[in-house]
Amino acid sequence: MLNSVRLLGARTLESVQALGRAHVFLAQTLIGMGSAVRRFSLVMQQLHASGVKTLSIILVSGLFVGMVLALQGYNTLVQFGAEESLGVVVALTLVRELGPVVTGLLFAGRAGSALTAEIGLMKSTEQLSGLEMMAIDPFQRIFAPRLLAGFLSLPMLAAMFSAVGVLGGHLVGVELLGVDVGAYWSQMQSAVSFSSDVLTGLIKAVVFGLVVTWIAIFEGADCVPTPEGVASATTRTVVKSSLAVLGLDFLLTAVMFSV
Amino acid sequence: MNVRTLETLVGFFMLLFFIAMFILAMKVSNLASLTGGSGYEVTAYFENIGGLKPRAPVSASGVRVGQVSKIEYDAETFQAKVTLNIDNDYQEFPIDTSASIYTAGLLGEQYIGLDPGGEEEYLADGDEFELTQSALVLERLIGRVLVNQ
Repeated sequence: MLNSVRLLGARTLESVQALGRAHVFLAQTLIGMGSAVRRFSLVMQQLHASGVKTLSIILVSGLFVGMVLALQGYNTLVQFGAEESLGVVVALTLVRELGPVVTGLLFAGRAGSALTAEIGLMKSTEQLSGLEMMAIDPFQRIFAPRLLAGFLSLPMLAAMFSAVGVLGGHLVGVELLGVDVGAYWSQMQSAVSFSSDVLTGLIKAVVFGLVVTWIAIFEGADCVPTPEGVASATTRTVVKSSLAVLGLDFLLTAVMFSV
Repeated sequence: MNVRTLETLVGFFMLLFFIAMFILAMKVSNLASLTGGSGYEVTAYFENIGGLKPRAPVSASGVRVGQVSKIEYDAETFQAKVTLNIDNDYQEFPIDTSASIYTAGLLGEQYIGLDPGGEEEYLADGDEFELTQSALVLERLIGRVLVNQ
């Protein structure tokens, strides 16, 4: 009985400590950001690793999500004789919600897990301590470029996801199901606003980019330096960042679209 | 991987992003039509505009010829003042053209339909529609039916 109470207390303390460590870590990485911007080739490498390599999965899933949205939306809308609004349904769903959220989830699975594994392995093979021994700050050399690259690439990927999804919706809605092509695009244009739909979607993606990359890098740097430790840190990254994306999405939607 | 291939790939990535933003701005949202000014403006006064909104389409014979650019309330005539922006491609609407507010489908969005008249002169920038027909408000119709019984 006493033991379980003790265990509960220890767990709570541990998670509060981890939360504190994560924020100190973020602050230190942000301080290192200045030198990362000055050595932009490092950021470029990371843009390639987390942005370019995620591109194919983003484009393919964007296309299919758009196509499925058009198919499902059409089946419902046609009952009300409102299939002309298909473009609005597809575009608003993608730009406001699915673009940033699905991109965030895929990014966590594709790039976030890779970041954690990479940094976890660096830690367990003592490369990070090696850098410190040579008076190279790992925050400036390793963490800051990765955070900046994730922060930049997720909104870009989300924009591509939405754009490809709308084209996929066109493919199914107009070419396959026979919705009028003019109605598809013109109703979309008159219902979607650039500032309050497209830009708020991108703001979401920026937030997700920061949070997902932050979690991934922190879990890597904070893992137990053993093979099992790296493995469980990678799992934790995917779980935590997926939950963070979905939870933050609700918060951001409530803040930005409720007014 | 050498630096040049890396830069090329990231360059392509950025290019794709710009294309995506261009599609989102110009094709998906209304940024292109907001910059506008590509048409001429004609005003119309309505007793009741129902659920008409700015950027609603203006069509003639079912073809989109422009959009609603502004909706105001005129305190002097107690009417709604709607400004229509009609594309420059469609210059030749007779001055006795009538503007009516219709609903697309049963529950669809509202739009303005133009029915051309027979005059020789054409509408120009700043003109006003003489003949207008207000939106059909369902509650009023029901009210009228109930009163008539």
